[in-house]
Amino acid sequence: METLILSVVLMSYFGATAIWLAYLLIQQERLYRYGVWVMGGGWMLHTLNLILAVMEQGYFPGASLGQALRLFSWTLVGTFLFLTWRHPIRVLGTLVAPLAALTLTGSLILPQPGPVAPLLQSLWLSFHIATALLGNATFTLAFMGGILYLVQEHQLKSKKFGFFYRRLPSLEALDALNYYCLTIGFPLLTAGIITGSIYAQYTLGSFWRWDPKETLTLIAWLIYAALLHERLAVGWRGRRAALMAIIGFLVLVVTFVGANLWLQGYHSFESFVRQP
Amino acid sequence: MNLVLLGINHRTAPLEIREKLAGGLQDLSAGYQALRHLAGLKEVLLYSTCNRVEVLFTTADPPKTVPRVQTFLINLADLPTEEQERIMYIHQEGEAVQHLFRVASGLDSMVMGEPQILGQVKEAYRLATQQQATGAILNRLLHKTFFVAKRVRSETGIGCQAVSVSYAAVELARKIFGTLTNKTALLVGAGEMAELAVEHLKRYGVSQIIVANRTLERALKLARRFRGDAISLAELECQLLRIDIMISSTGATEQILTRDQIKKAMRLRKQQPLFLIDIAVPRDLDPEINTLDNVYLYNIDDLQGIIEVNRRYRQQEAVRAERIIAAEALKFLQWRESLAVYPTIIALQKKADQICQHELKKTLSQLGPLTPAQIKSLQVLTQSITHKLLHDPILYMKRNHHPKDTSREINYIRRLFNLDQE
Repeated sequence: METLILSVVLMSYFGATAIWLAYLLIQQERLYRYGVWVMGGGWMLHTLNLILAVMEQGYFPGASLGQALRLFSWTLVGTFLFLTWRHPIRVLGTLVAPLAALTLTGSLILPQPGPVAPLLQSLWLSFHIATALLGNATFTLAFMGGILYLVQEHQLKSKKFGFFYRRLPSLEALDALNYYCLTIGFPLLTAGIITGSIYAQYTLGSFWRWDPKETLTLIAWLIYAALLHERLAVGWRGRRAALMAIIGFLVLVVTFVGANLWLQGYHSFESFVRQP
Repeated sequence: MNLVLLGINHRTAPLEIREKLAGGLQDLSAGYQALRHLAGLKEVLLYSTCNRVEVLFTTADPPKTVPRVQTFLINLADLPTEEQERIMYIHQEGEAVQHLFRVASGLDSMVMGEPQILGQVKEAYRLATQQQATGAILNRLLHKTFFVAKRVRSETGIGCQAVSVSYAAVELARKIFGTLTNKTALLVGAGEMAELAVEHLKRYGVSQIIVANRTLERALKLARRFRGDAISLAELECQLLRIDIMISSTGATEQILTRDQIKKAMRLRKQQPLFLIDIAVPRDLDPEINTLDNVYLYNIDDLQGIIEVNRRYRQQEAVRAERIIAAEALKFLQWRESLAVYPTIIALQKKADQICQHELKKTLSQLGPLTPAQIKSLQVLTQSITHKLLHDPILYMKRNHHPKDTSREINYIRRLFNLDQE
């Protein structure tokens, strides 16, 4: 049952990717709407799958890289759909849909974990996972917006207008996306760090242990804090804000994936599950 | 019935002739009055813009009618008759349909793809219907024309992308700012192109206009026109904090703003984007300004380059538009041909039915009381006689022996059976 639901979800994310790529090419309004329906339908099923998992286990399934990726693609699509409703930037879908599809594919390919360490079987920890991943998803959107901003800005500055000039929204809209994501993502990431350290104090006896994942997250947090502050104080916007969003995102990627592959710490996914 | 289009445009006739013709057609209702008196014209549509004067009409006998309409046009403009050959074009049937489609879609315009012409054709059609000058064929044709023009506009890129400097400026502003509402524009200096750009910006939502000029008097005059504020050139630097878009077009020989001045202003503006359009020659603004973040500087050559690219793009799109037009023209002609045969068949059957009913009524009143079954069999009798009689003529029409000139054949049949009650 679970695999059936997930493969339908995966198909709908890939379907939305195809539809939105076609939208990018031929710019037919209708296609964009179809994409939203396909994506939205897939996300509903994804939500159902998640609810079933929580009901079965009693906590959020986020202990292995595979499970975390699945959760990440769910939060990414969710935040994107929320954003489309409040702040529609259509081309963004063309980037979000393939990323969601690929992360979900990754989560299905990665081996299913053994039983989760009892330490992590807690609903309180689910808050930590949910806020941290929602923050990550929001910053992913800021990153994509940043890339689009740089492309569009380059065309306007160099006065050479290519394929993307008509297809990308105005600089103002892309910059507003950056700010919007920052104001939502930053509190979420902060909440993720706070809930995590409270849980660590409660279970391990210390708030902060300078584990690679913790350190990298702190770096990313500082980058976003600097951007938010400078943006409000002296107007860091446009290109500089886009670059900061890209750098911050790269640090987050290293935190999320790299720290598990190359750096060992108590916070890496391998240490969460008992090796079979 | 034949469809004929006769006219002159900016390619065939110089401005002075077009002026004279348009002048003669100032009052279109008088034009319709005059045309109505020409023998052989059935339906007429007349339109005149600054680039063209065209008459579209249907007639049963083009060789006789066309010279009459030509004379009408020539008299309007007082042209020597020998000129008409050179400047006037005549399109018939399919060509006329295609020509009208091309005109309404802006393919025949001086500026390829310009949208105003469609409105002008629509207005002309409205007038023609007021004058009751159009009939079944032109009504259908004009509605089809509006449909085709809309299709061309939405399915090809013929109308998008600016091809004038002032529109190019508006498009760029919209790519930078998204919406232009609540933005402020500053005009420095004066000049036709710059003023036009300000007008376009205003139409697209720019809410406040500030005008700066060397002489305050001139600035005040322009400010009144745009309902904005006037400032002197000395205030320029501090005004940079208020504005989003600046159009510069002064006759000054040296630069009026340097990179450092803009850099300082950007800090004070908290990096709010600034769009600078320098259409002055020699340039008013330091070209190095473009290297600053969130500042976009375009000079006249940049804008000309953009519209050159856009013009080529429109040319490419025109090929696609021509394809749509050719297909739609073909559809219209097919409709007309079928229209000619089928209404005739229907008219013929209707006439036969009427005769049946009439004669039956007379006979029944003479025969006295009959049973319903007897009445029924009398009805069947009359109907089957007329049906059998009409069977062969109808078959003949449907077989369409002369596809090139269906209308003549239909004409004979209509006269033979006196379907038009002459």
